[in-house]
Amino acid sequence: MTPNLNLWLIPVLPLVGASINGLFGKRFSRQTVLAIALGFCGAAFVMALWIAAQFSSLALPHVENLASWIRAGDFQVDFAFYLDQLSLVMLLVVTGVGLLIHIYAVGYMWEEGGFYRFFCYLNLFMFFMLTLVLASNYLLMFVGWEGVGLASYLLVGFWFTKDSAASAGKKAFIVNRIGDFGFLIALFLMIKHFGSLNFAQVFRIVGEMPAETAGAGLLTAIGLLLMVGAAGKSAQLPLYVWLPDAMEGPTPVSALIHAATMVTAGVYMVARSHVVFDRAPQALMVVAIIGTLTALFAATIGICQTDIKKVLAYSTISQLGYMFMACGVAAYSAGIFHLMTHAFFKGLLFLAAGSVIHAVGGEQDMRKMGGLRHYIPWTFWTMTAATFAIAGFPPFAGFFSKDAILWKAFSSPYGSWVYWAIGVFTAFLTSFYMFRLWFLTFFGEYRGEAEAGHGNDHLQVVGGSRAGAPAPLEHGHDGIHESPKIMLIPLVILAVLSVCGGWIGAERFDKFLSPALHAGVTAYSSDEVAAATPAPEPKEDGGSEGLLTGISVLAAASGLFLAWLLYQRRPQLPQEIAHALGGFYEAVVHKYYVDEIYAAVFVKPLIDGSTRILWQGVDRDVIDATLDNSAEGAREVSDAMRHMQSGNLRTYAGWIAAGAAVVIAYMVWTGTR
Amino acid sequence: MSTALDNSMLTLVTFIPLAGALLLLFFPRRDRDIRLFALVVSLLDFVLSLHLPVHFQRGQTAFQYEVNNLWISNPNIHYHMGVDGVSMWLVVLTTFLTPLCVLISWKSINERVKEFFILLLVLQTALIGVFVALDLFLFYFFWEATLIPMALLIGVFGHGRRVYAAVKFFLYTMVASMFMLAAILWLYAKTGTFDFVSIQTAIHNGQIENFGGAATWLFLGFFIAFAVKVPIFPFHTWLPDAHVEAPTAGSVLLAGVLLKMGTYGMFRFNLGLFPEQSRSNASWIMVLALIGIIYGALVAMVQPNMKKLIAYSSISHLGFVVLGIFSFTQAGLDGATFVMLAHGVSTGALFMLAGILYERRHTYEISEFGGLATPMPVYATFFLFIVLASVGLPLLNGFIGEFLVLSGAFRDRAVYGILGASGVIWSACYLLWMYQRVFYGKVTHPVNLSLPDLSGRERAALWPAAAVALVMGVAPLLWLNAIDPAVQTALAPFAQLASKMVGR
Repeated sequence: MTPNLNLWLIPVLPLVGASINGLFGKRFSRQTVLAIALGFCGAAFVMALWIAAQFSSLALPHVENLASWIRAGDFQVDFAFYLDQLSLVMLLVVTGVGLLIHIYAVGYMWEEGGFYRFFCYLNLFMFFMLTLVLASNYLLMFVGWEGVGLASYLLVGFWFTKDSAASAGKKAFIVNRIGDFGFLIALFLMIKHFGSLNFAQVFRIVGEMPAETAGAGLLTAIGLLLMVGAAGKSAQLPLYVWLPDAMEGPTPVSALIHAATMVTAGVYMVARSHVVFDRAPQALMVVAIIGTLTALFAATIGICQTDIKKVLAYSTISQLGYMFMACGVAAYSAGIFHLMTHAFFKGLLFLAAGSVIHAVGGEQDMRKMGGLRHYIPWTFWTMTAATFAIAGFPPFAGFFSKDAILWKAFSSPYGSWVYWAIGVFTAFLTSFYMFRLWFLTFFGEYRGEAEAGHGNDHLQVVGGSRAGAPAPLEHGHDGIHESPKIMLIPLVILAVLSVCGGWIGAERFDKFLSPALHAGVTAYSSDEVAAATPAPEPKEDGGSEGLLTGISVLAAASGLFLAWLLYQRRPQLPQEIAHALGGFYEAVVHKYYVDEIYAAVFVKPLIDGSTRILWQGVDRDVIDATLDNSAEGAREVSDAMRHMQSGNLRTYAGWIAAGAAVVIAYMVWTGTR
Repeated sequence: MSTALDNSMLTLVTFIPLAGALLLLFFPRRDRDIRLFALVVSLLDFVLSLHLPVHFQRGQTAFQYEVNNLWISNPNIHYHMGVDGVSMWLVVLTTFLTPLCVLISWKSINERVKEFFILLLVLQTALIGVFVALDLFLFYFFWEATLIPMALLIGVFGHGRRVYAAVKFFLYTMVASMFMLAAILWLYAKTGTFDFVSIQTAIHNGQIENFGGAATWLFLGFFIAFAVKVPIFPFHTWLPDAHVEAPTAGSVLLAGVLLKMGTYGMFRFNLGLFPEQSRSNASWIMVLALIGIIYGALVAMVQPNMKKLIAYSSISHLGFVVLGIFSFTQAGLDGATFVMLAHGVSTGALFMLAGILYERRHTYEISEFGGLATPMPVYATFFLFIVLASVGLPLLNGFIGEFLVLSGAFRDRAVYGILGASGVIWSACYLLWMYQRVFYGKVTHPVNLSLPDLSGRERAALWPAAAVALVMGVAPLLWLNAIDPAVQTALAPFAQLASKMVGR
C-alpha cells in the first residue's frame, strides 16, 4: 500500500500564505507579513524534505488524486499530483532556493512600499511553480505554467509607476503567450489522438508507438509544439526577448523567477516529455539546435552589456541553451543536473549582484563600479564562488554539469562534434563575460559616486540584524556598505552549494534520475526488458572524455585570462577593439537589433493594420457606410424617434405595442397565406 | 418527483421581476426606496432561481421544471416552459447579474430613476423568458420583448450619441428577427403547433411535407436573427455603438446576457431543429466565428475607448462560443456553454468597472487615464483580476470554456483549433495593453490623483463577480455536470447523422 503524502499541500501552503497576505497584508506589520510568507514557504520546504526522507520507500511514480477538475464527455482532467525522481529534484530545488530567496528578499525589500504585495506575489509564484513540477497531467502543468507567467508579470512590473517596468511585465506575458499557444496545440493533439492528458496514459500510449525515424509525424509535431512552449518560458531563440527586459523587476525576483526556477520550466517540461522526444528524433534535433544557437547567441550579447543584471540575464539565456542542448541529445539528466547547479550559482549571482547594487545605492552600470571587493567582502567572496562555478572551473558545481553536457553533446547517438565545438566556444565566452563582470565590479578603482550616508541605516530594523562589521570605508565612500545578515546568509548557503553542488557527479545523478528518464520508456514499451538506457551508447572512451574535459577547462581558463588582460591589465584595450570591430560591435551592443526588428516586422504592422484596415477600413468605411447609405432612412427614423421621446413611459409603451402589432399582423398574414 | 413548487418555479423566476416592475409603477418617486425595492426584487429572484440548480436532476436529459398549459387556443399557443442544463445556467446568470446591475446604477442614475428600474426589471423578465420558453411563439414574444426595454435603456439613459446607437441596435436586430419570425410561422403553418418539442419530433420523424426544400431557408431564418444578436462578423457593428452609449447596467446585461440569446438560440433551435442543415452549413459559420475571434481582438487592441475595447473583445469571445457550438463535439459545446456563462460574469464585471470609472471622470477614453493604480489600488486589483479571468488564465473562469471549445474545434478540424487558439495571444495583447495604459506608469492627468477608490457599494457589486469567476475556474464541474447531459442530448442526432453517412 502506498502512503498518502498529501502532495497537494506542497503547492497549496504558499497559496494560503499568498491569500492571507494579499487580502489582509495591508493591515499587517512587516514582521507579520514576512512571518506568514516565510512560514508558508518554509512549510512547503519542510514538507519537501519530509518527502525526500521517505522517498526510497515509495513505489514510483507516485500519483495522488485530489479531485476531479474538468469533465466533458469522456475527457477528464483531475487535480492530481505526480512524484518521481525528476519531480523530487525540482521540488527540492524550487522550495529550497525559493526559501533562501524569500529570506534574502526580506532584507532587500524592507524599505520598499508594497512589502506585503511583494510577498503575496512571491508566495503566489511558489504555488504555481510547485503546481507545475508536481502536476500529474499536462493541463495541470499548464496551470502552473501560465500561473508562473502571471507571477512573473506581477513581479517584473512590481514598480508599476515606472513605465519600463510595466512594459517589461506586459512584454514577458505576451511573448510567453506566444509560446503557450504552441503548448496548447500540443495539448489538443494529445487530446485528439490519445484522449487524455495524464502523464501515465500519454506515456503508455506513446511508449508503444515506434520512433518516427523515417519522417515526421504526430510525435514530431507534439515535440516541436512543446518546444515552442518551452522556448517561450525558457527564453530561447526566437522568443528570448522578454527575459532581458524582465530585469526591471526587483533583484530577488530575477534570482528566483528569471534564473533559478521559472525559466527552467521549459527544460523540465522537455525532460518530462522525454518519452515523446525519444521517439521524435527530428524534434529532438530542433531542440538541440535551438539550445546550441541560443547558448552562443546570448553569450555574445552578454559580452558587451554594461548593466550588471543584463549580463546575468543574457548569461541565463545562454545557460538555458546548454540545458536544451543536453535535452536535444537525449541527455536529459545532464540537462536537469545543469538546471540544478545553475539554480545554485545563478541564483547566487543575482542575489550577490543585488547586494552589489544595494551597496552602491541602486547603480547597475558596471562602468560606475570597481574596487568593491574591499567594501563588500562577503558579497565579493560568494560572488567569486558563483563566477568560478558558472565559468566551469573544477571543482565548482558548474564544472560537473557543463562537462556532462558537453561530453554528451559529443558522444550521444544524437550528438555531434558541432554542438560540442559551439558549446566549448560558448564556455569560453561565458568565462570571459563573467570574469569581465567580476573584474569590472570588484577590482580596480571605484568609478562611481555613491553618496555618503546612502541608506546607511537601511535595513537595520530586520530583527535587529545588521551587517556584522561595517564595510571598510576607504576612499571616503562611506555610502558603500555590506548587506545585512539576512541577505548574506542566503548568499553563503548558495555559495557552499555552488562549490559542492556538483560533487555528487553526473553519473550518480543520472543513475538516480534514470527510472524517471530512461526506464520509464522501456517499462512502457511492450517488447523490451527494462534497460537503463534508451539507445545504444557509443563505446565510452575514457581517454577522449578526459581530453574533452581538458579542452573545456582550458576554454574557461582562457576566458579568465582574456578578461584579466582586457579589464584588469590593459583597461583601454576594449575600447580599441570595439573601434576596430566597428559595425559588428555596434550590432552586438544593440543586441543585434532584434527588438527593433520585431517591432518593425510584427508589432507596428499589426497595430497599423488593425487600425487602418480593419477598424477604420472594414468596420467604418465598408460595413457601417453600407448600412448608413441603405439607411438614409434610418436617420429619418431616428428623427421621428426623437419626437417620440416624450419621456413618458406610457407613450413609449403605446408606440411599441402599436409597432409590434403591425409587424406581427403583417407576418402572420404573409406567413399563413 | 415534481412538487408544486417545482412546477411553478420557472413562472416565478420569470415573472417576479415583472411583478416588481408593475409594483414600482405605483411607487412614489422616492429614488432611494425605488432602488432598494429593485434590489430586493432582483435579489429575491436570484435566491429563488438557485432552486433550479440545487434541485436539478443531473443525470436526466429531458427538460426539467416543465410547465405546459394552453395559453391561446387559436392560434395554438402554449405556455410551455422548461430548462435543460444549458438554459438553466443562463437563467441563473441573468438573475445573478441583475442585482449587481441595480447596485452599480445606484448613484449613476439620478433622473427618471423609477423608469430606469422598471425597464431593468422588465428586461430581466424578458431575458429569462427567452431562455425558458419552449413554445416558439412564446420564445419569439420574449425575444422581441427584450428589444424594447434595452433600446430605451440605451436611448434614454445612455451617453452622447445614444439615440443613434439605440436606433441602430433596434433596427439591426429587429430586421434580423423578421427572418426568424417568418421561419417560425412557416413551421406553424405546416405543423399547427408552436411547441418546440413537437416540432422537433415532427422534423426528426420526417412528418413535415416539403421540409427538405425549405429546411435550409428555415435554418438561415433562425440563424440570421441569432447571428446579428451574437453578433457574428459582419453583423457586429451595432454592438460597439450600443455599448459605448449604453448606461453601465445596460452594457452589463447587453454583453452578459443579451448576446447569449443569440448563441443560445443557435444551440437550441439551429442545432435542435435542423441538425442536417447545421452540419452542412457549419464550415462557413465556423469561418465567420474565427474571423470574429481574430478580427474582434485586433480591432479591440487599437480602440482608444475603453468601453469600445471591451465591446470588441465580446465579439471575439462570442466567436469562441459559435466555434464551439458548430464543432458538434462534446467538448466544443460544453465549452461554448461555459464560455457563455464565464463571459457573462467577467465581461459584465468589466463593464461595471468601466462604469465606475465613468462615474468619476465622465469619459471612457483610455488616454485620459494612466497611473490609476496609485490613487485607486483596490479598484486596480479588481480590474486586474477580471482582466486575468477574461484573458483565460487557468483556475479562473475564462480558461475552462475556451480550452474546451478549442480542443473541440481542433478535434473537428485542426486548423480551426489552431486559428482559434491564437486568440489566447490577442486577448493578452489588448487587455494587458489597456491595463497598462490605464493603471501603470505615473499619473499623467492631475485630476486623476484625487479619484476616490471603490466605495462599499461598488465592492459589493464586484466581489460576487470576482468570487464566481474564481469558483467557476476551480470547480467548473458544478456547472459542467448539468451542461454535459444537455449537450449529449443535443448531439445525439449528430451521432445518428454520422452513422447514417457511414451506413450509406
